[in-house]
Amino acid sequence: MPKLKVATTSLAGCFGCHMSLLDIDERLFPLLDLIEFDRSPLTDIKHCGPCDIGIVEGGICNAENVHVLREFRANCKTLIAIGACAVTGGLPAQRNHLDLGACLSEVYLTEGGLEHGLIPNDPELPLPLDKVHPLHEVVKVDYFIPGCPPSADAIWKFLTDLIAGRTPKLGHGLIKYD
Amino acid sequence: MTLQLETAPHPETLRRVAIEPISRVEGHGKVTLLIDEDNHVRQARLHIVEFRGFEKFVQGRPFWEIPVMVQRLCGICPVSHHLAASKAMDQIVGVDHLTPTAEKLRRLMHYGQILQSHALHFFHLSSPDLLFGFGSEVARRNIVGVAAAHPDVAKQGVLLRKYGQEVIRVTAGKRVHGTSSVPGGVNKNLSSEERDHLLKDIYPIIAWSREAVALARRLFEQDLERYNSFGRFDAHSLCLIRADGAMDLYHGGLRARTVDGKTLFDHENYDHYWEHIHEEVKSWSYMKFPFFRELGPEAGWYRVGPLTRVSQCDFIPTPFADHERRDFLAFDGGNAAGATLGYHWARMIEMLHAAEMIKELLHDDDLLGQDLLVTGERRERGVGMIEAPRGTLIHHYRVDENDLVVRANLIVSTTHNNQAMNEAIRRVASQYLDGQTLTEGLLNHIEVAVRAFDPCLSCATHALGKMPLELELLGPDGALLDRLGTAP
Ligand code: SF4
Repeated sequence: MPKLKVATTSLAGCFGCHMSLLDIDERLFPLLDLIEFDRSPLTDIKHCGPCDIGIVEGGICNAENVHVLREFRANCKTLIAIGACAVTGGLPAQRNHLDLGACLSEVYLTEGGLEHGLIPNDPELPLPLDKVHPLHEVVKVDYFIPGCPPSADAIWKFLTDLIAGRTPKLGHGLIKYD
Repeated sequence: MTLQLETAPHPETLRRVAIEPISRVEGHGKVTLLIDEDNHVRQARLHIVEFRGFEKFVQGRPFWEIPVMVQRLCGICPVSHHLAASKAMDQIVGVDHLTPTAEKLRRLMHYGQILQSHALHFFHLSSPDLLFGFGSEVARRNIVGVAAAHPDVAKQGVLLRKYGQEVIRVTAGKRVHGTSSVPGGVNKNLSSEERDHLLKDIYPIIAWSREAVALARRLFEQDLERYNSFGRFDAHSLCLIRADGAMDLYHGGLRARTVDGKTLFDHENYDHYWEHIHEEVKSWSYMKFPFFRELGPEAGWYRVGPLTRVSQCDFIPTPFADHERRDFLAFDGGNAAGATLGYHWARMIEMLHAAEMIKELLHDDDLLGQDLLVTGERRERGVGMIEAPRGTLIHHYRVDENDLVVRANLIVSTTHNNQAMNEAIRRVASQYLDGQTLTEGLLNHIEVAVRAFDPCLSCATHALGKMPLELELLGPDGALLDRLGTAP
């Protein structure tokens, strides 16, 4: 059986969901017999190619996130939103009730201990969004795995089900919302 | 000592090459190079491209939530933020000394964190460059390639990280984003079953950590000239230090030394860090540029992290690691201790130290104690500092009479290394890329330099920002979802 191609990325997330994926520990090695990583923080592939599964951590906080997410959607047959940030925006979405302009001047202009305060504005910096959005507001998402982060056992169960062609089912004890 | 490649005089005439995203690091960053028609590199910058807003949105939250909230800055080293925030909140609740059980549990958690984070960085992220070569084939340059070519190395890496994560799970309640450290102490001790669970594997963990140090050394020896000179630059240094000069990653006073070894300040109470550390902003990065106030923004930038800690402490208080420290400092006339790639070797020495500390702590019955919390008289301001895997981490809060946070300032480890990382990529750009036709392998050299610092670009992006442009975000059905910000 040819290996399934899997791409992963972190958008506005903390990499904790990726850490939880690695928390499958030595089960990583049998997993690698079944899948091959495409773009991922673990490889040097910079753009997502045609893939069977795309796993996205983190919500959408800037224009670059939107771009990467759309590239994932276009290339991945199955797209999974992993973790609270991807599913709801998560903790970073706590900034959604704040005015960006005011925050920005506080952080870069008026905070104590600043020399040469200015607001970063180089074209190399991607445009931030006024609010942090969950993935499904921007593209169609096939599966959602809640948790901050979901446990390694939950991720393992989900992926092994999916890879074996079963409908993934996380029973009692594996679905958590913290 | 600062290189000239920060800003090219006529950028519009130059060709742009971007390394985007930087891979095999944590977080979101990119490097841009501006190249002239003869392939000379005229400008090289490391950009941190995301902002998150933690300092702002924790305002208005009750102070006891903070240690659990702020660890979402970083899933690789959440314990560092959990503990730095807890230390600041200890101050808020008026506690200067924890119970022995609480302090030792926090330390155990922290050394578990150092162990897992250093293992992750060395084995999962950096070892492909070091084992296969900086310009080796992309498809193989990852942990999967390492698992195929060096199965034992990959397996030990995975198991070392697993052990550190288990220490965290047992002490914090969860492997990622635990909840046990609270203002004034901890909310759980260790059961004797939990202690035995950890004790049963600690000896192989120490043995593998020693092998990892030996591997890091061997890599250095095999390609001595390149390892010594790759992205090399001189810099001032900053770290926390124990009162007797020992390495202490959980607590200490500030030690700062200049390039030429002069002490700028030592055993300084971090409570008033802002008298020494200021920050500069540059238009092209969301990450600020800290510097020693005594030396000014131009000359005052410095380096933090394993290389600094191992070379600036007077000794490491565990025997194997201290032995390795002395070997490291003596190696090649002391050259490795100033080399950018020396970070890897120093990091493995610290991993060994963490394993030894865990062993020591696990033999201490205080971990099983019942006395977990102390309280004191409420204060308004709290500063917490810790040596996180990547370097000195500062959390600073003010809390009002309603117990709500009114101000927060975080200077994360990677931010301290901002200028240093920029120096390293500029050095590598002139050493390896200048005048060459750029290939993927050559561009990876730049990333190898960034990776040496083990940057956590996700922590470093906690500030909020806004761009002077406008753009619309449309949903899958074409409906307007959001408008990108306009200038304030
Ligand atoms: S869901 Fe939690 S663990 Fe995952 S990226 Fe978001 S904050 Fe990190």
